[in-house]
Amino acid sequence: MSETTLGGIAGRMPKFLRRADPAVVTAFACIVILLLLGSLYSRSFLSPEYLLQQLKVASFLGVIATGMMLVILLGQIDLSVPWSVATGAMMACAAAAYGSAGVALAIPFGVLCGVAIGLVNGVGVAYLRIPSMIITLATNAVAQGLMVVYTGGFSPQDSATAAMRYLATGFTIPGVPNAVIIWALIGAAMVFVLTRTSFGRAVYGIGNRERAAYLSGIDTRRIVLIAFAVSGGLSAFGGVLLAGYASKAAQSMGDAYLLPSIAAVVLGGTSILGGRGSYLGTVAGVILITLLQSILSVMQMPEAGRQIIYGVVIVAMLLLYGRAPASR
Amino acid sequence: MKDWRYWLAEQRGTLLAFGIFIVMFAIYSGNHPAGFTANVVQTAANKGVLLAFVAMAQTLVVITAGIDLSVGMIFTLTNCMASWLVIGTGLETAFGVLAVLGTGLICGAVNGAIVIYGRLQPIVATIATGAVFFGLALLLRPVPGGSVKEDLADFLTGRFFGVVPASLVALLVVVLVVWVPFSRSEFGRAAYAAGSSETAAYMSGVPIRRGKFLAYTLAGLLAAIGGLFLTFFTYTGEAAYASGNAYTLFSIAAVVLGGVSLFGGKGSAIGAIFGALAFRTIGDLLFVFDFDPLWQPLFQGVILLIAVSLGAFALFRVRNRLEWFL
Repeated sequence: MSETTLGGIAGRMPKFLRRADPAVVTAFACIVILLLLGSLYSRSFLSPEYLLQQLKVASFLGVIATGMMLVILLGQIDLSVPWSVATGAMMACAAAAYGSAGVALAIPFGVLCGVAIGLVNGVGVAYLRIPSMIITLATNAVAQGLMVVYTGGFSPQDSATAAMRYLATGFTIPGVPNAVIIWALIGAAMVFVLTRTSFGRAVYGIGNRERAAYLSGIDTRRIVLIAFAVSGGLSAFGGVLLAGYASKAAQSMGDAYLLPSIAAVVLGGTSILGGRGSYLGTVAGVILITLLQSILSVMQMPEAGRQIIYGVVIVAMLLLYGRAPASR
Repeated sequence: MKDWRYWLAEQRGTLLAFGIFIVMFAIYSGNHPAGFTANVVQTAANKGVLLAFVAMAQTLVVITAGIDLSVGMIFTLTNCMASWLVIGTGLETAFGVLAVLGTGLICGAVNGAIVIYGRLQPIVATIATGAVFFGLALLLRPVPGGSVKEDLADFLTGRFFGVVPASLVALLVVVLVVWVPFSRSEFGRAAYAAGSSETAAYMSGVPIRRGKFLAYTLAGLLAAIGGLFLTFFTYTGEAAYASGNAYTLFSIAAVVLGGVSLFGGKGSAIGAIFGALAFRTIGDLLFVFDFDPLWQPLFQGVILLIAVSLGAFALFRVRNRLEWFL
């Protein structure tokens, strides 16, 4: 895959397509191809009900991937997603057991627990200069330890509050699930922050070269700290939504979200080295991953086959457009 | 600088890991109800050696400034494979062992090819190949089961002369056969050079591609040796997602404890081995102090958090603030 062929094709395209990131275009093209392939298998893949259902499932991953994207844009990574998700869900459900005040504060409390995990990550990465891969791994282990001690190693008995269930499964606008609206709101906020605020500029700047950003007068450490706190909070919020969807929290509910969230961000064209990527790409990546998982499970592919295809597709797509330039 | 001081500076991480391990193991065996006996050492060695193999595998890749998030899954896949193949007559068993090790090599080579020749970022590439390896493991063992040649298993997990744990001897042999020749070869130097500064190494005509490819391939082999030993200890194969993932994460922790820099170019597999043994001992400390096993994950996590934060003290020596940013 050479740059010149891509450029040559792009030159003959209409203007709005020429400006688009080839990675984002490829990701959306793959979504269409997946849907077409799926519709060969069964007509229902193109029905609005199915698509809306997929969007709803995708919105949980979307919320979590939003935080992950912010951190990846900095050139870091957040491996504490699994237990941030579980902590958010468990703590929100736990708070619900403490009377009406607990019920009212359940969602903010769950999110705050995630923010706390994110703050520890942020302090470690920004101020102690520990590689993010290690510190987030360690906080993940600590969060897991805390939750295991709290729950006694079993899935907790507390159940989600009505508000959590409403957020995850209800309908405010007829026909559009609330979870999708929430994802849209969070996504819009993220796009605004990334493209229209100095914070967003700083995030891209740090991702490109932290030293240069620091020398231009950006308090890079504060930005990194905030980004990790936001990522932790969004992971926990994703957990809260998931708990609302399943109406309770479970021990390993977050495990299934770490790799997909990284994969979604990277498939959407965000560079894992930071500094480059758009939120539109992440949206495409999230939908792509969700569709892939859904189609494989509808085809009753056993878990083993699903894992293999999943891995092969990610590698294949990245080989298509995610390659680093050759060293010369 | 004098030679010995230079050597000391180079080996500081390894020596520190060795020190931590000795202290931890002294506390562990000192408080163990059975005391410092051959039996206690054998049990501890058998548990520690598994992580040591996986940590060695991780080290090879980390030295090139990469990361292999699929080691745990190669470990799981080869475990499942060994539970089918390492059985029967002597010849069949030998063939089985070779097949298992060969599979590890192939898995590592696939990782290496994708990362080096496909030019993908190692984090993402190995996450994806890890999913594939786990899928293959599930194909082989949808439910836990299988068996292994028990004579061989008992021989390699028992004791030589009644004192020396056989698994430790095996670890030593692997170090001598795989790590020492690799790190002293041209390709080993290339792997270090690539991790230290890929551009400079490339400009100097160091064979960085072949060095890195060999590092990834040998990492697969080492993870497979770990998987083989897991089969010897458990007599079964199991495609457990959580356990494979845990080994990947613990291998990174062991590598860090062992003084290998995640930025590449620094550290040795020996350090990672002691890091792995120390990490396992720390995890087991709770048992000798009679704590509720429920607290073990938290304890392990906190220790890990403290261990990685200790490195931050180096910041106080930094004079120029720009050196905060690598």
